Amino acid sequence: MQIINFLSNIAMPLIVLIIIGYGIIEKNKVFDTFLDGAKEGLIIVLNIFPTLIGLFMAIGTLRSSGIIDLLTKIFTPILNLINFPSEIMPLALIRPISGSSSIAVATDIMNKYGVDSNLGIIAAVIMGSTETTLYTIAIYTEAVGIKNTRFVLAAALIADVVGIAVSVAICRI
Amino acid sequence: MLNIIWPVFIIISFLYAILFGSIEKLNNSIFESTTNTVNLCLTLIGNICLWNGIMNIANKTTFMKKMTKFFKPIINFLFPEIDKNSKLHEEISMNIIANILGLGNAATPLGIKAMKTMQKENQDKKVLTNTMAMFIVINTASIQFIPTTVIAIRSSLGSNNPTAIVFPVWVATVSAAIAGITATKIFIKISSKGKIKKCK
Repeated sequence: MQIINFLSNIAMPLIVLIIIGYGIIEKNKVFDTFLDGAKEGLIIVLNIFPTLIGLFMAIGTLRSSGIIDLLTKIFTPILNLINFPSEIMPLALIRPISGSSSIAVATDIMNKYGVDSNLGIIAAVIMGSTETTLYTIAIYTEAVGIKNTRFVLAAALIADVVGIAVSVAICRI
Repeated sequence: MLNIIWPVFIIISFLYAILFGSIEKLNNSIFESTTNTVNLCLTLIGNICLWNGIMNIANKTTFMKKMTKFFKPIINFLFPEIDKNSKLHEEISMNIIANILGLGNAATPLGIKAMKTMQKENQDKKVLTNTMAMFIVINTASIQFIPTTVIAIRSSLGSNNPTAIVFPVWVATVSAAIAGITATKIFIKISSKGKIKKCK
């Protein structure tokens, strides 16, 4: 566990150092380049903000009305069979479909059970290790006007299932 | 799709809350949700701007091009059907490296460029080639070195150690990628066998 923490801690500073060092060696105006990128970041957040407001509100009503508790109760026996935490199920279902909704659902889980709790960490690892599969497939196939995607969806969903299963398993160690 | 799901979520929540008397909780949650979103986005802005800025430096220097050399053997294994020295080879490796560095904004245009190059050589313009299929599956697997958005969310929620998830994410994302790649390779084999049978 200590090695895991060390690797996790050093990864970020190290990559920042390498990249900035690289920029200096190549005589890039690193700060100007940094500013251009940071401005783009502002736009990214601004673009997802309205979606997040809408979805947080909808998910908030689902939870406060008690529907999510009800659904969790119904599915718990089935999920217990495969040793899967039922609290994570809503995230696993929405993750391949919508990026901003899954951010909202994951944040909701982290808020409710605690960001450093086991469930909170599982939700974060799932978010970090998987991608909005359906959206990605749509973007790349539509860019070239292809309708027949053969087995791509199946293969991508297999990857998602494995990613989610491993996320749950590794957080249990 | 959200045009259907969103109102359905809200309507059934209201009905359920009226039936089971949790309307007061529901009322409070509506206003809480706006504060929660604003708080989350404020921290997200900081982290995402910072990381986007750093990654822009990687993007504007030859850092990415240097990395493509490192990835050559992997790309050759994944895409046996493309020429090692072609432009397409470089486009694909640039896209994968942008993904690994978490440069989503750079990765997508690079990926679309690579798809268009592949489509030029595609014989049946309506069906994905093996190379395209593998390329898309790898893009859906999101092999990311630093999961910046999640780290940003964790720090906005007051985590003791927001980056603690980095290593577990590596293990999960690499397992997912290996599963996706293996599945794709198997599907490609099965479909090519089917074609040979048809020819006979």
